[in-house]
Amino acid sequence: MAATEQTVEQVRAVTEQKYKYGFTTEIESDLAPKGLNEDIVRFISAKKGEPEWLLEWRLQAYRHWLTMEEPTWAMVDFPKIDYQDSHYYSAPKAAKDKPQSLDEVDPELLKTYEKLGIPLKEQAILAGVAGAGDMPAIAVDAVFDSVSVATTFKKKLEEKGIIFCSISEAVREHPELVRKYMGSVVPYSDNYYATLNCAVFTDGSFVYIPKGVRCPMELSTYFRINASNTGQFERTLIIADEGSYVSYLEGCTAPMRDENQLHAAVVELVAMDDATIKYSTVQNWYPGDENGKGGIYNFVTKRGACRGRNSKISWTQVETGSAITWKYPSCILQGDNSVGEFYSVAITNNYQQADTGTKMIHIGKNTRSTIVAKGISAGKAQSTYRGLVRILPKAEGARNHTQCDSLLIGDKCGAHTVPYIESRNRTARVEHEATTAKISEDQLFYCRARGLSQEDAVGLIVNGFCREVLKELPMEFAVEAQKLVAISLEGSVG
Amino acid sequence: MAAIATLKDLYETLSPGLPGVGAAGLDRLRADGYARFLAEGVPTPKVEGWKYTNLRDLAGISLAPARSAANSDGAPSAWDLPSVAPGKTHRLVFVDGVFNAALSAVGPLPEGVALDSLRGLIDASPAYAAEVLDRFPAPKADSGLRVGPNPGRGQTQGLVALNGAFLAEGAVLTVGEGVNLAQPVEVVFVATAADGTWHPRLLIDVAPGARVTVAEHHVSRGGGATFANIVTAIRVGEGATLRHAKFQEEAETALHLASITATVAASATYETFVLTTGARLARTDVQVRLEGSNASTRVSGAYGVDGNRHADFTSLIDHVSPNCTSREVVKGVIDGHGRAVFQGKIIVRPDAQKTDGHQLNRALLLSDTAEIDAKPELEIYADDVKCSHGATAGELDEDALFYLRARGIPADTARALLIAAFLDEVAEEIGDPALRAHATSRIQDRIGRLTGITVDAADLAVEE
Repeated sequence: MAATEQTVEQVRAVTEQKYKYGFTTEIESDLAPKGLNEDIVRFISAKKGEPEWLLEWRLQAYRHWLTMEEPTWAMVDFPKIDYQDSHYYSAPKAAKDKPQSLDEVDPELLKTYEKLGIPLKEQAILAGVAGAGDMPAIAVDAVFDSVSVATTFKKKLEEKGIIFCSISEAVREHPELVRKYMGSVVPYSDNYYATLNCAVFTDGSFVYIPKGVRCPMELSTYFRINASNTGQFERTLIIADEGSYVSYLEGCTAPMRDENQLHAAVVELVAMDDATIKYSTVQNWYPGDENGKGGIYNFVTKRGACRGRNSKISWTQVETGSAITWKYPSCILQGDNSVGEFYSVAITNNYQQADTGTKMIHIGKNTRSTIVAKGISAGKAQSTYRGLVRILPKAEGARNHTQCDSLLIGDKCGAHTVPYIESRNRTARVEHEATTAKISEDQLFYCRARGLSQEDAVGLIVNGFCREVLKELPMEFAVEAQKLVAISLEGSVG
Repeated sequence: MAAIATLKDLYETLSPGLPGVGAAGLDRLRADGYARFLAEGVPTPKVEGWKYTNLRDLAGISLAPARSAANSDGAPSAWDLPSVAPGKTHRLVFVDGVFNAALSAVGPLPEGVALDSLRGLIDASPAYAAEVLDRFPAPKADSGLRVGPNPGRGQTQGLVALNGAFLAEGAVLTVGEGVNLAQPVEVVFVATAADGTWHPRLLIDVAPGARVTVAEHHVSRGGGATFANIVTAIRVGEGATLRHAKFQEEAETALHLASITATVAASATYETFVLTTGARLARTDVQVRLEGSNASTRVSGAYGVDGNRHADFTSLIDHVSPNCTSREVVKGVIDGHGRAVFQGKIIVRPDAQKTDGHQLNRALLLSDTAEIDAKPELEIYADDVKCSHGATAGELDEDALFYLRARGIPADTARALLIAAFLDEVAEEIGDPALRAHATSRIQDRIGRLTGITVDAADLAVEE
């Protein structure tokens, strides 16, 4: 059983490590004063050299945000956030004049990404340098605190007409696309955190895949919160035009800090006729320590619109980090025959809390959606699946299948399932299944009898439990995710 | 509903005339109910537990007591009132919420068993009535463990409080330790008035080791826009068994809101079945608390809605102690512009290890304008448990229809057969044979009216 050995080896390899991304980078940064008001919104917009319409949009959002109340329906508990006690803009100083090529990027930053294992060395890969050759090419947009510091493989992608750049750059270079699509999936008034993001977003990635183009490599954004007392508010906008295909990866880490930091991102996906977007996330923000101190509040709005016929949007997420996760990647299945998928693993340990799930809104005929959600709770953590499947009257022949499984490790944690099913079409078929169980003694005994330690056995069983989701991840991510699954549960057994 | 100011007038006018006024326990109960209702009000869709059921229709409803009138359905003696075992039950009949001795029939009861109308009990001894009422504490507003910053997440007990404010009538059944009451007890509510409201309270106290079967019927005999706001409170003592069913078959103009709360002690069993085929808007809230270890419950429900009708089945099964089992099956058929709601929650508290909890909810949509909203929910804090839920929504299986038609069965008969088979699975959940047979016949009657085809029970029988 080679695969098993491999998994066990990985589990062993990582069991000694705690949160290995917890270091900070000493780098001079350009910081906005603490607090949130219209001046800060103007400050951010000015820093980015934005056109008037975008500033107006931000201000409109900010004013609307002031009238909103923070949502309280999620099964998460945390002290009230003081929105004035945070910096809303932080940029590495060197990035003031945006580097034109990787050579100009601050070597400290490159070192940071090297430590994180993020390949920003396109030259090496392009030149086929020994050791780099086996690595599949991935184009990366690296976002450090509030700004995008580097985007690799831009030239190569441009040859195909693909636009992959930071959203700030897109606002400058492709304002017509940004103006047309930004806010079209998640409107500025959508929800408390998304509206806040609209007002103060600083950077993020922009992707446009032209008609009929299959993106030749994985695109990826790597988010890193470094500065203390900052919030990170990035926006990602991906547009897949008719008949195109793109696979996009997102990763995130943060240093270990005692205070809680807010991350409120917005991701919008638009898929036109026959287009496919595959969006994968491995979320590994700092989860706080074993006593629940510190960690990231990850309050994210992710939504994809399947606008065209036969379009497809697939979300895969492995959520292991963050003190609190509040996240519901969703699909609006508007085009006939469009497909929405959501594959999720959410692991919570110690005092982590996760309330995550999806919404599948079936509007068009013969729309199909699949939801597979695996929640694992250990320590004193609480994990909730919250989902909505809504079939509108015109969604003839719509199909949904939902499978939610929860695994509990220890008797101090909780696992909850809150699905909403709303069907208004006779011909639609909706199926939902949910189970909750613990790791069976039989499974453990079987593994132990074959010489595995308790911890290795649990890692193995949990990886098996998550397999349906992990297999949806692109190769490079899948390996990393398997390790993460094991690390996250460290100390939860025995 | 009439403005709160009108309610205040109503409360002030009615309360001095309620039975047992001046008895401390009763006064306190009513004042408390009134105060809690003023605080909570009528639940709105902003309250999570009422997201899918809007009580705006209450606005047009008279909250004054119903006034019975002679009606087109003839003399009461000619009413063919439903029974799970005609002539072989102890029954209390209430007409428009008021106890009717002439229609009731309670045979000789074994020692330790008492069955009275609540008003009768209050009239005999207000202090004793208050003491019995006190055995059933009002359910808590938020049942979940993680009371977050928003208490509105859970249920609201505004309607139960309203029932308490006007508490006057109902039925009280107490079954003494170890008594096995062979004949079922029936409580029949008949709506005849053009409008008006009643707030009955049913109390069932089953002592340790006792066994009893109780059926509730809610029917109309010419009734109009009546509003029944019913509260049923149940205690099942250690090792006791209560088999309970509620058949709600009121006129399409009626409003029916019911709360059933049951506390189940160690090794006790509580079974309940709820049939919802009547009323313009009906909701039944079932809350079962498995308090002692090795307790078990079965909750089942069947509904059929058409026209513009709305049926809501909401349940909460709360596993408090270890080694308890729960099983819930709710199925329904929706036609026309009908809308059905299923909300089912299972809570497993930290100490409730070895819990076995299962829940199934299935809805059949027969028309293009029917709607189902379902929310099956698990809230689990213990690790050594087996819990699952399943929910489906869809139309009749085309393959099954084709199969039947290929054997020469006309399309509409085939449809009726499949619907009957679909709902009959719920009836099979019922443990008591009398309750089960009655449920099956009422389901068939409803399907007959829905499809125009009469399905014979024998057609569904599986040949052994």
